[in-house]
Amino acid sequence: MLTYSQKIKDHFINPRNVGVLTDATVLGEVGSMASGQALKLYLKLDESEVIRDARFQVFGSPSAIAASSALTEMLKGKHIDDAARITADDISQFLGGLPPEKMHTCVMSMEALEVAYARYRGIDLETELDENGDLFVCRCYGIPEHKIERAIRDHNLTTIEQIAHYTKAGGGCNTCHPDLNAIIARVRAEMPSEAPKPAAPRPTGDMTNLDKMRAIQEVLDREVRPGLAMDGGDMELVDVQGNKVYVQLHGHCNSCASSSATMKFFVEDRLREMVDPEIVVIDTTEHSDQLHAPPMR
Amino acid sequence: MTERPIYLDNNSTTFPAPEAVEAVLPLFGEIYGNPSSTHGFGQKARHEIELARENVAKLLNCKPAEIVFNSGATEGNNTAIYAALDGMPERKHIITSRTEHASVLEVVRYLEQSGYRVTELNVDRLGHIDLDELKNEISGDTALVSLMWANNETGVINPVNAAGDIAKQFGALFHVDAVQAAGKLKIDLTEEAAIDYLTISGHKFHGLKGAGALFVREKAPFLPLIRGGHHENGRRAGTENAMGIVAMGAAAGLLNREMARHIEHMKLMRDRLQSGLLAKCEDLIINGDQQDRLPNTLNAGFKFIDGEALLMMLDAANIAVSAGSACRSGSLEPSHVLKAMNVPLSAIHGSVRFCVSRYTESEEIDAAIEQISGIVKRLREMSPFGHAEQHSNGLSAEQLEKHKAYFATA
Repeated sequence: MLTYSQKIKDHFINPRNVGVLTDATVLGEVGSMASGQALKLYLKLDESEVIRDARFQVFGSPSAIAASSALTEMLKGKHIDDAARITADDISQFLGGLPPEKMHTCVMSMEALEVAYARYRGIDLETELDENGDLFVCRCYGIPEHKIERAIRDHNLTTIEQIAHYTKAGGGCNTCHPDLNAIIARVRAEMPSEAPKPAAPRPTGDMTNLDKMRAIQEVLDREVRPGLAMDGGDMELVDVQGNKVYVQLHGHCNSCASSSATMKFFVEDRLREMVDPEIVVIDTTEHSDQLHAPPMR
Repeated sequence: MTERPIYLDNNSTTFPAPEAVEAVLPLFGEIYGNPSSTHGFGQKARHEIELARENVAKLLNCKPAEIVFNSGATEGNNTAIYAALDGMPERKHIITSRTEHASVLEVVRYLEQSGYRVTELNVDRLGHIDLDELKNEISGDTALVSLMWANNETGVINPVNAAGDIAKQFGALFHVDAVQAAGKLKIDLTEEAAIDYLTISGHKFHGLKGAGALFVREKAPFLPLIRGGHHENGRRAGTENAMGIVAMGAAAGLLNREMARHIEHMKLMRDRLQSGLLAKCEDLIINGDQQDRLPNTLNAGFKFIDGEALLMMLDAANIAVSAGSACRSGSLEPSHVLKAMNVPLSAIHGSVRFCVSRYTESEEIDAAIEQISGIVKRLREMSPFGHAEQHSNGLSAEQLEKHKAYFATA
């Protein structure tokens, strides 16, 4: 068992502000049974947008309970805009520092706060998050790609182990580890503080959307579809919007959800190398046994 | 909070029997000789160790010469596996099961990297292996079948007798990890003639930590894991852990006299705990077969709560339990045993193991039931998943089913 600080133990054994706030101004919900943790955060604001009361309901480990309790204590008396700036690291610091393996509990608390804030301000967080039609990258804990990408950026993560600590992704059966490595490589390549990205093999700045679409189709025809055809599958280019390339899988590929993430990275790699380093491939296939990211509420 | 601490983690380790501690005391005094020495000091210590060997042999109904004392079950399991493979150099296949202890699984997975083929038998929802799967997998290339007699997390008992017969039909060696079985069910190695190697550990049956025994059947191939002396008839080098061995011998002696009564008592206490919890806690499932099960073990899955949270709150209330292997080394992984059994996601996170001993009292059980049900209620009240809401956690019922199926094959 992990060792916890006295403050974590205190917030776990005697959690503050547990329960439902029936007259809450706004509610933020995150997590799922599959991921082994979930949090509902209730906030009550006064007319000057200061948080007067904060309550929570949580399912999860001792540190998930402690982090939720700590967050509600931190929120009270803060203006909602100031509150929204609280980070996972702030919550961990408030508790005297969580073991690295348990940082995902602070991340969950922060996410619940984000959902509540977005909802209060009328920001359409869901559309933004669902835009990529994210699949679970880690299916043991049901962790979608955008959460992993974000944790890498926010906490400057470089290894699968760190990703597991912050998001739980990859902490289960290990089958997603190649996908996680691909995400790390991609996100880190996009991160501004890193060394300059390798130059694109082909200048693409002046490409029109039509040119780009043709170039993409060419790469798909030459590099991707023949391989798929050998397994009785095919890939169709549906649309190109800016750097987003929408594709659909057909035939055998269609029924194989696990192939889709791998496929996406493979195709993305090829297109980035051959067409544009910024390309993001979005699979719009309705896989017959695919698990979508859980809705946020 | 209960006044006296209540210990319900007896599959992890047990209270050292006062009789065992008493038997060891002279070894802190006049009997301090090296058992390998020929002088009187040494021979006194040797005598104590040989008495212990007789007691342990009697517990297993085997010959004293078939007992090799060692440091415990991890060493015993390692030794047995390497010895068997060394004895069958032409065979390159090992069969074990998905619910074995790490001291078997990690060894065979390591061997897999050096050219062995490993089959890990599946278990069903109740934790049973399928003997037909064993029959299908075993072949003339199988060097070793290694199965635990009873599982440490669920207490589920394997049909070792029948599995051993299958192993023998194919000329394979058969190792049984009996760490949890010793003292909780009858082990008769004269009757269970198919077993070539069997592992036990003293501290699991009220001896001291650091001493175990490996049964090696006469004429079964053997290769010492630790070399450097003629101790244990050349089978395990190193000066004997005389105190641990003597304590284990005394604990085995107690079992030889009173095991039937102990088993009856443990079963009474475990059943009292199980029926009390089932009466007081909703949404509680029992993991593993309830018939073919050790008399002292209860693996309970409290749906919609987290096992580590329950465990720590119980610890704060002075009750010691274990959440299987869930929080071993801070791993995020739910128990590999429960995963292999396809325990529902809603319960796998909240699965906790309760294990009584012959020293557990009914007052302790009753106090524990009160505390546990109270804490479960408190954690459930804290949980965002209401009972009616069990499928609304972002996954539809259908998705949850698929996810569970995935989990079972992961």
